[in-house]
Amino acid sequence: MSTIVLLTLTGLGLAALYFLVASGLSLVFGLADVLNFAHGLFLSVGAYATWWAAGNLPGAGPSGFGFVLAVAFGVAAGAVVGMAVELVMIRPLYSRTIEQVLVTVGLSLAGVALLQATWGADPRPFPRPDWTQRVTPVLGAKVPNSGILLILAAVLVLAALLGFLRYTRYGLVIRAGVENREMVTALGIDVRKAFTLVFAIGGAAAALAGALGGVYFGSVSPSQGGSLLIFAFIVVVIGGMGSVVGSAYAAVAVGLLQQFVNYYGTSGAGDICVVALLAIVLLLRPQGIAGRAATT
Amino acid sequence: MSETPILTVADLSVRIAGLHILQGVSFTVAPSGVTVLLGRNGVGKTTTLRAILGLTPRGGEVRGTVRLGDRSLAGEPTHRLVRDGLGYVPEDRCVFAGLTVTENLRLAERRGGVPAYDRVFELFPELKRRGRQRAGSLSGGQQQMLAIGRVLLNDNRLLLVDEPTKGLAPKVVTEVAEVLERVAVAVPVLLVEQNLAVVRRLADDAVVLAAGRVAWSGAADELLREAELTRSLLGVGVAGEPHAPAATAGVSQPVPAESAPVDREVSAG
Repeated sequence: MSTIVLLTLTGLGLAALYFLVASGLSLVFGLADVLNFAHGLFLSVGAYATWWAAGNLPGAGPSGFGFVLAVAFGVAAGAVVGMAVELVMIRPLYSRTIEQVLVTVGLSLAGVALLQATWGADPRPFPRPDWTQRVTPVLGAKVPNSGILLILAAVLVLAALLGFLRYTRYGLVIRAGVENREMVTALGIDVRKAFTLVFAIGGAAAALAGALGGVYFGSVSPSQGGSLLIFAFIVVVIGGMGSVVGSAYAAVAVGLLQQFVNYYGTSGAGDICVVALLAIVLLLRPQGIAGRAATT
Repeated sequence: MSETPILTVADLSVRIAGLHILQGVSFTVAPSGVTVLLGRNGVGKTTTLRAILGLTPRGGEVRGTVRLGDRSLAGEPTHRLVRDGLGYVPEDRCVFAGLTVTENLRLAERRGGVPAYDRVFELFPELKRRGRQRAGSLSGGQQQMLAIGRVLLNDNRLLLVDEPTKGLAPKVVTEVAEVLERVAVAVPVLLVEQNLAVVRRLADDAVVLAAGRVAWSGAADELLREAELTRSLLGVGVAGEPHAPAATAGVSQPVPAESAPVDREVSAG
């Protein structure tokens, strides 16, 4: 029983990480029709900015309020980079899909190379509060606090995103834009502002994933964003492009499947099962679990 | 059309994916009443409305000039044109199916303006009753009311309305025509419409497109009075004609759109 509980909660921790990356990716694709391969870079920016801030930013540090400040700095850095990418690189390329893919892939590769050139290719130990390295007993299982932290953060981000989408003017614009962007424009709304906003939100959520992923894995490396991005894309496709709630469901399915199969099967079989799940969903329900609607 | 026009379209050409859809279209819209844009399917009526609004697909080539009053609209983004008073009711309604009726209306509120909910709910009381209902679950007629209501929430200088009666039941066609008739008292309308009974009821002026060009323009009465002219331009007979289809229906009993089409051979438009 304790093994099941442990696998479930660590699987949910992994799901939380996927959700944080996938939610922004999904909104960006749903609203702006942009396949953003540079989204993993936002995660890396968040992780490295948090790591840097913990050691260099006045008031920030590896524990207590200092750690919260470091994470806030990392999240802000992710949001700023997300916004800058949209304004400088994506905006001139809307409706030019191939160019977008080339630019975002290039940016992703250049970003990783830049991080490697600056801080080296080897993983660096991530500053972590002591309590995140301890475990909490849950129904007989010893669950890592870092996993619980990820789950709580993802639940808070999900609630905040849904609240934003349901109860704010910009949220309304984004939900409508996911359905029919042209008609939003035809109602007198400058939808480009919403594009910038979703890139900023996506950048911030991915950066939070980078910071908390650093706590979870205990280290940060330049290629971390790229490897998590693959699963985030799978989550977005399974959940439904543009759907935050769909991403949450899909992230839970992928995280749990991976964790259980890797434990009870052979190591790596979980990844194959995730790809198989993707194929099944694409065959049976190509629009994904939730279809194309931001809050369903 | 002796008054200063509210809209002047001059030598408008649109090329999309290699197809020369509009080839030098020129016409004006009077500052009051309804100007109807007619023509067989595929002649470029919808393309004309979309080009006026700057909604031509990326890669499409647009030439010519469009003026709203004295102001040239060249290069203006769509959202700014709409904010400046060009209201648009698209073909097929385009309501946001996943949003509620209230949310659809809220989305149409323009910054700095006072939304005229009283006006909308007076014309369409049903929208108030169904405020919490998702727009996707409304009937076709109710969706059309919402699409028109969304535009009437704001003051406009000109309304562009694209086939508002398409696919609607006869009773709803009558209701929509009544609403447009009332609306046209306050704001000029450029209307694309296939239902000749509705055209007869609403239109003051008419512009007929054929093969991407203006084939005829003038008073709507004049066009509809000349059965042979109507037949040659629109491919359909009108009241009193021996071979006329259901377009002979009287004004007070508008026929369903599907029974009085101008032409349904080609679907693009």
